[in-house]
Amino acid sequence: MSDVIIQLENISVAFGGTDILKNLNLTIKDKEFVTFLGPSGCGKTTTLRIIGGFVRPDSGAVYFDGYNINDTPPYKRQVNTVFQRYALFPHLNVFENIAFGLRIKKLPEKEIKEKVMQMIERVNLKGFANRKTNNLSGGQQQRVAIARALINNPRVLLLDEPLGALDMKLRKDMQMELKKIQQESNITFIYVTHDQEEALSMSDRVVVMDNGIIQQIGTPQDIYNEPSNAFVADFIGESNILDGIMIEDYMVSIFGQKYKCLDKGFDRYEPVDVVIRPEDIQILDPDKSSLSGVITNVTFKGVHYEIIVDIKGFKWMIQSTEFHRVGEWIGIALLPDLIHVMKKSEYSGQFGDYSSYSEEYDALSDDSEESSDEFSEQEEEL
Amino acid sequence: MRTKTKFLAVPYLLWMTIFIIAPLLFVAYFAFTDSAGNFSFQNIIKLGDYIPVFITSIWLGAVAAFLCLIIAYPVAYFIANTSEKWQKFLIMLIMLPMCMSFLLRTIAWVSLLSDNGIINNTLTAIGLSPLPLIRNNGAVILGMVYNYLPFMIMPLYTVLVKMDSSVINAARDLGANSFQVFRRVILPMSLPGIVTGITMVFVPAVSTFYISRKLGNTSLTMIGDVIESQFKTAYNPNLGAAMSLGLMVLIFICMGIMNRFSKDEEDILL
Repeated sequence: MSDVIIQLENISVAFGGTDILKNLNLTIKDKEFVTFLGPSGCGKTTTLRIIGGFVRPDSGAVYFDGYNINDTPPYKRQVNTVFQRYALFPHLNVFENIAFGLRIKKLPEKEIKEKVMQMIERVNLKGFANRKTNNLSGGQQQRVAIARALINNPRVLLLDEPLGALDMKLRKDMQMELKKIQQESNITFIYVTHDQEEALSMSDRVVVMDNGIIQQIGTPQDIYNEPSNAFVADFIGESNILDGIMIEDYMVSIFGQKYKCLDKGFDRYEPVDVVIRPEDIQILDPDKSSLSGVITNVTFKGVHYEIIVDIKGFKWMIQSTEFHRVGEWIGIALLPDLIHVMKKSEYSGQFGDYSSYSEEYDALSDDSEESSDEFSEQEEEL
Repeated sequence: MRTKTKFLAVPYLLWMTIFIIAPLLFVAYFAFTDSAGNFSFQNIIKLGDYIPVFITSIWLGAVAAFLCLIIAYPVAYFIANTSEKWQKFLIMLIMLPMCMSFLLRTIAWVSLLSDNGIINNTLTAIGLSPLPLIRNNGAVILGMVYNYLPFMIMPLYTVLVKMDSSVINAARDLGANSFQVFRRVILPMSLPGIVTGITMVFVPAVSTFYISRKLGNTSLTMIGDVIESQFKTAYNPNLGAAMSLGLMVLIFICMGIMNRFSKDEEDILL
């Protein structure tokens, strides 16, 4: 029990009649990198704020090191936060932003200077000490926010979508850097994001949330390879989710055909959801496979082609490095270790095949084109 | 796009030239000429006689501005932290007296404060002795604070309501208690509003003439009163112009000192 740092027990929160968190239970270990992952409105930021002390749970308890901290104000918690959009002090320069926590603690001037300069160097902001924060780039402001939090030696660092405002390339760099900072400083990071790729690449454990409920907790490998329900399967990466029937242990039936799998512990003939990841599907000659269909859409994605194939009315997504033409007739192979069987849940049927894929995609791009045209016209008029 | 925006500024530029810059030049011209229209320093030299009046005016204006700030800050802070509906309502209440004539509001205070006014009549009616409420500097400052308070509340409210709550949360997160959050974040971030508010109260308060005449001691003359009398009774517009010019310079100096002070304040607060 000694390595548990934060424990949330039966936490519920509602704002204006809407339930934000429903009876949430979670244990966070010391020095781990935990990510709360979910779509906006899933309750991940609220959970973070409860730990930070900015939101009071309506019911339930928050424990820190075994002590109940429900009534502890934020400034007395051994927790610091990196806020969404950074929330730097606009009236202070980089040095004073970072020094803020130390000045509150009334440390001697010499010590403050030493520590701040060290921290500035650590986050690669050397030479920026006297700059006003609003002249900094997004990435630099981000570093100031992290330095400002870390300098207080918190036991836990809370990060609220800290990379949301950065561009793709910078995000990747900062992901690596954050992971490095976490390992060097040897403290607990609790990270909130809606970006599954970010969650998978940095975390020790991922907490997938939706509708104020934890859907799954596990290592990135666990939640990707063994999603607990259709929501997790769909939210983490691409997935083909099929209706199946569990014939017996290690045997599932899809489209009336039996397939070997590695899952067990279901009732005989229990209806289940079956997940097959697009990159796991092998393309075969149609006559060598019992599942075959016609390709309706091919999109080049750089690393691979995204192929939509219609098999008995169900549109599969397949990712393949080989090119196939639209209209081509292909077969697919499903290997036992690539089939994952899940219990039916409230999400079953919401995420199925990719039949709306092409239309959705077209509609989206049309809209954005139109609106951007309008925009540029307006600009010209002005 | 740019040419169009420039074009839109033309009416005001014209207005500014005719009604702001030209009159200033006239004031300067009158200040440096005698009644015959010859160049002269006489008016400026004569200003020396009025130094005590200038000092009284600036002192009373400064006290009024300071009191306005002390009263307005908590009010503005309170309003900025209520719901949007309440904000609108409360701001309307603050602005409501401004819709009434300035003269009327000042006269209303006379009937409240005078020796047989409402307050003193009430006091005598319940058996207490009447108080000398009017004809003193306190009454003048009261009148100024009452009249100019909205000019202090509005700019303060504007900066406070726009303050990003995440910045305040960040300060609390970094270990600051409520007092430290106020002193190290809210107060320095609202400094632009404080400077604007003080300017908006101090400048009209220093040059006011009506309030001092109605509420002040007969021996109290403020520079506004003297300037008015130069134009209306003494008929010496040249001296009046010189006084206006002198007042303007003094106000600029005061504002300059305050801006410098507020910058220092910012540094101290760091």
